Amino acid sequence: MSEEKTVAIKKIQASGQMRKIMADYFFALNRASEEGHPKVAWCTSVGPAELLLSLGFVVYYPENHSAMLGSTRTANTYIPAANAIGYSPDICSYLTSDIGAYIKRETPLSRAYEGIRSVPKPDVLVFNTNQCRDVQDWFNWYSRELKVPVLGLSTCRNIGKIRADDLRSIVDQIEDMIPPLEKISGQVFDIDRLRSVVALSKECTELWKRVLETNVSSPAPMSFFDAIIQMGPAVVMRGSPAAVDYYRILLKELEERAAKKDGAVEGERFRLYWEGMPIWGKLRDLAEFFIGLRTAVVVSTYCNSWIFDGFDPADPLMSMARAYTEIFIVRDENTKERSIEQMADKYKVDGILFHDAKTCPNNSNNRYGMPERLAKRLGIPTLVINGDLNDLRCYSEEQAKTNIEAFIEQQEAR
Amino acid sequence: MERGLFVGLDIGASMTKAVVIDRERNILGQGVVFSGSDFQAAIKKALKKAQALAGLKNIEGSLIVATGYGRRSVPFAHSTRTEISCHARGSYHFFPRAHSLVDIGGQDSKVIKVDDRGNRIAFKMNRKCAAGTGAFLEEIANRLKVKVGRLNELAEKATKDISIGSYCTVFTATEILTKIRENVDLKDIVRGIYQSVIQRIMEMDTLEGEVVMTGGVAAHNPFLVRMFEEKIGRKIFVPPLPQFTGAFGAALYALEAKGG
Repeated sequence: MSEEKTVAIKKIQASGQMRKIMADYFFALNRASEEGHPKVAWCTSVGPAELLLSLGFVVYYPENHSAMLGSTRTANTYIPAANAIGYSPDICSYLTSDIGAYIKRETPLSRAYEGIRSVPKPDVLVFNTNQCRDVQDWFNWYSRELKVPVLGLSTCRNIGKIRADDLRSIVDQIEDMIPPLEKISGQVFDIDRLRSVVALSKECTELWKRVLETNVSSPAPMSFFDAIIQMGPAVVMRGSPAAVDYYRILLKELEERAAKKDGAVEGERFRLYWEGMPIWGKLRDLAEFFIGLRTAVVVSTYCNSWIFDGFDPADPLMSMARAYTEIFIVRDENTKERSIEQMADKYKVDGILFHDAKTCPNNSNNRYGMPERLAKRLGIPTLVINGDLNDLRCYSEEQAKTNIEAFIEQQEAR
Repeated sequence: MERGLFVGLDIGASMTKAVVIDRERNILGQGVVFSGSDFQAAIKKALKKAQALAGLKNIEGSLIVATGYGRRSVPFAHSTRTEISCHARGSYHFFPRAHSLVDIGGQDSKVIKVDDRGNRIAFKMNRKCAAGTGAFLEEIANRLKVKVGRLNELAEKATKDISIGSYCTVFTATEILTKIRENVDLKDIVRGIYQSVIQRIMEMDTLEGEVVMTGGVAAHNPFLVRMFEEKIGRKIFVPPLPQFTGAFGAALYALEAKGG
């Protein structure tokens, strides 16, 4: 394509600080694991982390570890080991790559952080099924393997309007968790401590939202491929002052770049929405590919899923229930569709790219006609590419790129 | 030095096609060869064939646009375009009105919607699977120990409709073994295979308005086109040299880049 040219990915200056706080986080986890204190809880990404932090646990997120396996392109080394013990190649490749890595006793953490030899040993495993059922099976495997207690929240899914009953059920389940967690942590539950943690999570999420919203500017100062790296602290450090401090720095930099019209993509011609999971093993490759096409991926369901408007320190338990239930993945098809529509409008996108992730049906929203409905209603084209979050056997590089390139050629002709 | 000529090169996963046109959009020559593992050799051979047919000594000075999976492997091309754009462009030249274009190539199939101005308004490609492509026909022909070039005549002589339901090429081969065991006639099996390709295409997208078919499968399996017409109850338009539609579209882009 004649417009295509190679342009380097622009650096985000704050990233150095992010690497430092992420390293501090992993070293703290490693220390806790080795010394046996404070206690380590494993938690799903939108599980009750606030409760765990308030009880003094250090919290580790296996999904983040899986994303590391994906982005380091090692997932496919490990997935077969999980397949071999009966975990199908068709189920979540976060699960299969993480369990596979555990079976082989390997982790990218040892390559990234000197002195860390393994993932931290858990004292308790806590899941929330708000995302999918796979997290429950994932944590249950570790519970059997490591002989560690597992606790969980069962969230109703496909919710349109959130009813008081839905939230009451989650609050009841969180309250039921408190006594066993107190026993494991050795700390007594303190509602004021929980309020402080919820306040920090709220501050973190509000800043993260403002960070993402800098991309309303044209050109967008940050691409989707930057954002999924920058969301690291929001994923693993919500409820901590370090994450809040980091997003203040990042927000300032991005606001300045937006004001100076310093876009992530030089000569931004088109703006796209990315629906679905990232393809972790192809982040840099796709980032460069889109830069070459002078197309900015400015907004995504994935990054917006770490915006929790529900948190309220005045009513911590109920607000946690609301925050965990309001997220995109829990909602019904109509609510999801409206959410994408609003974002597409807000960020003034020229098209929507749906990533159909083979092993993640819950994050593949193209499968029930949504791309066709949105294309008709919004009057912008949509595209579906086939791939996967971690399992690169499901991704055809050439086919995906030809589809994307043809989609941009279609934009040029509009 | 031959000036005023425009070349389209379509380096597909199975076949490499070259087309030379003049300013009046006339096809002067075309050539097709197996892409194989050496794209450069295939490009050279396809160009040589097209040149010979056009009666040209060389094509130096021509503007060249490359397309297809190997489009980035043509160092002397002036620009590249995806095969999706090129097929649509080539098809619209022959059918300058809104239509649904079905292109079945060696390794992929596409349904492309073209509006009345020739703009692509939507497209879909097959998923990461050979079902519904030329590779599927080749694989099954191989299993049946039949030359792929004979499939058309066999299907034409079939007397029964049999259903091959499997989505996957490997499972289809197993399903065929069952049919052979049941003494189903080879001709009927081949017709069933054609039906399977048509079904896979119809699952990809709706086919609105006029339907055009391009690609190697349409070129070499005219009976499949007839079966497709019966299935949708409408005439299917096939351009001249359907296997070269992508390369021709690329040549048109080359011409238009020159303001032609």
